[in-house]
Amino acid sequence: MASDARVLARLAGPLAGFLSRGIGRWIALALLFAAMAAAPFVLGEYATVILTNALLYVVLALGLNVVVGYAGLLDLGYAAFFAVGAYTVGILTLRAGMNFWLTLPAAVAVAAVAGVVVGGPTLRLRSDYLAIVTLGFGEIVRITARNLPITGMASGLSGIRQPWLFGWHIATPRDFYYVFCVLATAAAIVSARLSDSRLGRAWLYVRYDEDAAEAMGIDRVRVKLAAYVTGAIIGAIGGAFFAVNLGAISPPSFSFSQSVSILMAVILGGMGKIPGVILGAMIVVLGPELLRSLGEFRLLVFAIGLLLIMLFRPSGLWPGRSHAK
Amino acid sequence: MTEPLLHLAGIGLSFAGNTVLQDVSFAVQEGRVASLIGPNGAGKTSLFNCITGFYRPRAGRISFAGQDLRRLKPHRITAAGIARTFQNLRLFREMTVLENVMSGMHCRTRAGAIGAILRLASQRREEEEIRAVAHECLAFVGVADERDRIATTLPYGHQRRVEIARALATRPRLLLLDEPAAGLNGGEKRELIGLIRSIRDQRAITILLIEHDTGLVMRVSERVSVLDHGQMIAEGTPREIQTDPRVIEAYLGSDEDADALL
Ligand SMILES: Nc1ncnc2c1ncn2[C@@H]1O[C@H](COP(=O)(O)OP(=O)(O)O)[C@@H](O)[C@H]1O
Ligand SMILES: [Mg+2]
Repeated sequence: MASDARVLARLAGPLAGFLSRGIGRWIALALLFAAMAAAPFVLGEYATVILTNALLYVVLALGLNVVVGYAGLLDLGYAAFFAVGAYTVGILTLRAGMNFWLTLPAAVAVAAVAGVVVGGPTLRLRSDYLAIVTLGFGEIVRITARNLPITGMASGLSGIRQPWLFGWHIATPRDFYYVFCVLATAAAIVSARLSDSRLGRAWLYVRYDEDAAEAMGIDRVRVKLAAYVTGAIIGAIGGAFFAVNLGAISPPSFSFSQSVSILMAVILGGMGKIPGVILGAMIVVLGPELLRSLGEFRLLVFAIGLLLIMLFRPSGLWPGRSHAK
Repeated sequence: MTEPLLHLAGIGLSFAGNTVLQDVSFAVQEGRVASLIGPNGAGKTSLFNCITGFYRPRAGRISFAGQDLRRLKPHRITAAGIARTFQNLRLFREMTVLENVMSGMHCRTRAGAIGAILRLASQRREEEEIRAVAHECLAFVGVADERDRIATTLPYGHQRRVEIARALATRPRLLLLDEPAAGLNGGEKRELIGLIRSIRDQRAITILLIEHDTGLVMRVSERVSVLDHGQMIAEGTPREIQTDPRVIEAYLGSDEDADALL
C-alpha cells in the first residue's frame, strides 16, 4: 500500500501538470465529460448508484472544503447541514405538499440561518472552539431529528416524491446520476471561482496569519462566517437532492461518522485543492466498493491504506500548492 | 498649531499587573515623519499595538483625524486610515508577493461570495483594480519584478519592502513602521531612508516609525519621541533629543545602544 501511494503520487505529478496546461486541460475535460455521460450505459445500474453516491460526496466534500480547506476551520459536524437540507425538503414536500424546487431555496435559507446562529458567536473566539461546537451541533441535529414527530422520529421520513423538471420526471438511478453530475460540476466551478476571488484570498490570509490579516483591514470573524455559511449552503443543497434521490431519510444518514467520512475525503485528496478533494471523495466512496472481494476485512484494509496515505502524503494525494487554481 | 493627525492622551497598559505603558501622551502632526525610540522592552511595539487596536489600553484616549479609536477592532482602524508593518516579518506564507500585497486592498473593496460565483461585472472590475493597485505599490517600493514569487522566499530586505507595499495598498493616511531597518545592511538602510521620504512626499502619508538605528532616525525624522520603561521621557527635534540628558541616561542605563545615539 505504501508503494501504491508513492506510485500514485508519482503519476499524479505530471498528470496534474498536464491537466493545468491550456489545451491539455480542455482535452482532459472533454474526455472526462464524455466518460461521465457514458458511464451509466457502460457500467450498469449498480455501478451507477454507487457513482451517484460518489458524486454526492464530491458535492459535500467540496462544500466542507470551503470551511476546512480554504478558511482552515475544523468542522466536525458538517453532516448537520446535509441533514438540514434533507429534512427541510422532506418536511416541506410531505407535510406542506410543496413542490421540490420551491423547497430548495427554503433549505438554503434554513442552512444559512443555522450557519449564522452556530458560527456567529463561535467564530468570534480564537482557537478551536469551533471543532467542539460543531461536533455538538451535529449531534443535536441528529438527536432532534430522532425525537421530533415532524421529522418522523427514529424511522425518519419516507415517500418523498421524485421531482419533475420541465416535463422530465427525474426518477431512475440514471436520471439522478446525471443530476448529481451537474451538481458536482457546479460545486467545482463555484469552488474554483470562490478560491480565485477577494473572499477566497481573504480566507487564506486569515488562515495563515490572523493578526496580519486584521492589520490589512480584514474582518476575520466576518470572513470566517462567510466560509462557514457557504459550506452550510452547499451541504444543504447536497442534502436536498439526497432526500429526493432516496425518497426516504433517517437519522443514521447524518451521524458523526458521516461528518468524519466527508472530512476524510477533504483531507485525503489535499485540503484546498479542488481536484484533490474530488479524488478524496471518490476514494472514500469507491475504495470500500473496489475492495469488496476482501469480504469482512475490506474496511480494515481500507483504513490501513488511508493511514499510509496520511503518513506518506500528509498534505494529500494531489500535488501542489493548496490553493492552486 | 493644527489639530494633530494622531493624538494619544494618558495611555496606560498593563498585563497581569505588569505595567507596560504608563500615562503616555503623544501626538503626530499630519505630513510629518516622526520616530519613536527607546531601549528594548520600553513598550514601543506595545504602543503600536494600542494604536492599531490589537491591545486595549486600560486608560487613556486615542484619536485619529478627530475620530475616537478606542474600542475599534484592528480592521476598522485600518479602514479608518492607519496601516502598519510588524517588527517580525508577517508575510502570508505560500502566497505570492502580489497576492500578499493584494490583501491591503481588501478594506477598500466589497465583492462577496455572490459576486465571485457569478463573476459579476462589478466584481471583475474590482479584481482588476486590486491587481493594479497592488502592482503599483510593489513598483513604488521597487520589487515589482518579484511579484509572482512566493513572498517568503525573497531575500530579507525585499520581504521588508513587500510588507511596506502591503501596508501602502490599504491606502493609509498614517503609516506605522516597526523597526523597518532591522536586519538591513548599510546600502539597504540608505534606500529605506529614500523610500520613507518618498512615501511621505509623493503619497502624502504621515509616517511614525520605531527604530533602533539612531543614525537613521536622526536623518529621516522631523520629530523624535523617546519611550523608556513605558514612560515618554522626551520629545523634540532630532538635535534636541541627541543632547537631552534624560535620553542619554536612558540609553546608558540600558547599556545596549549606548554609543549608537552619539
Ligand atoms: N502580550 C503581552 N503580554 C505580556 N507582556 C507583554 C505583551 N506585549 C508586551 N509585553 C511586555 O511589554 C514590555 C514591552 O514590550 P514591547 O512593547 O515589545 O517593547 P519594545 O517594542 O519597546 O522593545 C515587555 O516587557 C514585554 O514583555
Ligand atoms: Mg518592539
